[in-house]
Amino acid sequence: MDWNFDQIVPYIPFIFEGIKVTLQVTLISVVLGFIWGSILALIKISKLGPLNWFAVAYTSVFRGTPLILQLSFVYFATPQLTGYSISQWEAAVLTFTLNSAAYISETIRGGILAVDKGQWEAAKALGVPYRRMMLDIILPQGVKNILPALVNETIALLKESALVSTIGLADILQNANVVRGVTFRYLEPYIIAGVLYYVMVMLLTWVARFVERRMRRSD
Amino acid sequence: MIKIDQITKSFGQLEVLKGISTEIGKGEVVAIIGPSGSGKSTLLRCINLLEVPTSGQIIINGQAITDPKANVMQIRQQIGMVFQHFHLFPHMTVLNNLTYAPVKVKGMSKDEAEKKAKELLSRVGLSDKADVYPSRLSGGQKQRVAIARSLVMEPQIMLFDEPTSALDPEMVKEVLDVMKGLADSGMTMAIVTHEMRFAEEVADRILFLDGGRLVEDAPPADFFQRPASERAKQFLEKVR
Repeated sequence: MDWNFDQIVPYIPFIFEGIKVTLQVTLISVVLGFIWGSILALIKISKLGPLNWFAVAYTSVFRGTPLILQLSFVYFATPQLTGYSISQWEAAVLTFTLNSAAYISETIRGGILAVDKGQWEAAKALGVPYRRMMLDIILPQGVKNILPALVNETIALLKESALVSTIGLADILQNANVVRGVTFRYLEPYIIAGVLYYVMVMLLTWVARFVERRMRRSD
Repeated sequence: MIKIDQITKSFGQLEVLKGISTEIGKGEVVAIIGPSGSGKSTLLRCINLLEVPTSGQIIINGQAITDPKANVMQIRQQIGMVFQHFHLFPHMTVLNNLTYAPVKVKGMSKDEAEKKAKELLSRVGLSDKADVYPSRLSGGQKQRVAIARSLVMEPQIMLFDEPTSALDPEMVKEVLDVMKGLADSGMTMAIVTHEMRFAEEVADRILFLDGGRLVEDAPPADFFQRPASERAKQFLEKVR
């Protein structure tokens, strides 16, 4: 087997530079997606008529079309639609936020509905208004129920973030592609990229276990 | 203080309350008893609008709470409720369970709420548990915390929905003792219970419900010694 890292070594720092972009896109999208997804989930379990309908349709569309299509659409069609020339980074974060919110909203909805009805009643009986009840009593318990699912969503997003290479954003995969182009070596850059993704996923898994243990303190 | 006037409640086809009228005076302790499915809990839950009556009126201190325009949140803040399964907030410490509503809903200062909460915890004998999470408490302790949580809101009325039914037998007394203390302090109370001896001892009046109707409304001495209805006689024979 032709196995030669010598030629690649000078380019390793360059591939590593992609970590920053990969992490940025993933973490920012997951945080924004969580916020937007929470709002969507709250709309879905409330009875707000048209808003409710919007949230359901939104989720359906984002879950029913390929992510790579959504990314291409946001990046290439936004200038045509609005005249604003969206940067690669903005397009990536926007797409992943909108997309992950759709998935996260369903997870959160499930988590909220799994909270004991007694909690709602206890809060109501104390005269806690709906909004406060959701934010302070129901949502924290719902999120705790779904923490493992949220971590899985983050991990999935981290891996899917490699799609941003298709619009030329310099993430890990894109930089590996560049190295491939320069050196004409395929095996080594992709192995390095693969190891980087794997290590990051493992780190995330550990962080998640730690957070989960902390949150289960009250059990 | 509370006037219940011809209330009915239906869940779909099922009519659970079939026109109930009664009054509860200030400082009065009323025990609501009857077989399961008789509508006891539903009646209690109508008083703080956890269930909205299908028809009829409930008037508390002259205010018709069943009026669609009534401020439900405001009304509920004046009515404490204790549930069979406690329903403490599991993600908050005992102290935070007590201070949450007064601070966030009533706008009480944090210091004042904590001071009050600690007083109440000592009143229910749980001063040492302020900083633990509910999962570390026994059933009896949870229920005493739940009572204290309602009391920090300074309610005018306390509702108890089978407060000892989910407890191990040896924990029933500690909860009943707290309730008895509360009754002695002049709190207006409505208690759905299966603890006949407690009802006989503490209640000023017994409401006996069967099949969604108020069958008897009598002082405990009369009700337990000389039940007027055949249905109450049968019920008492079975439970005693």
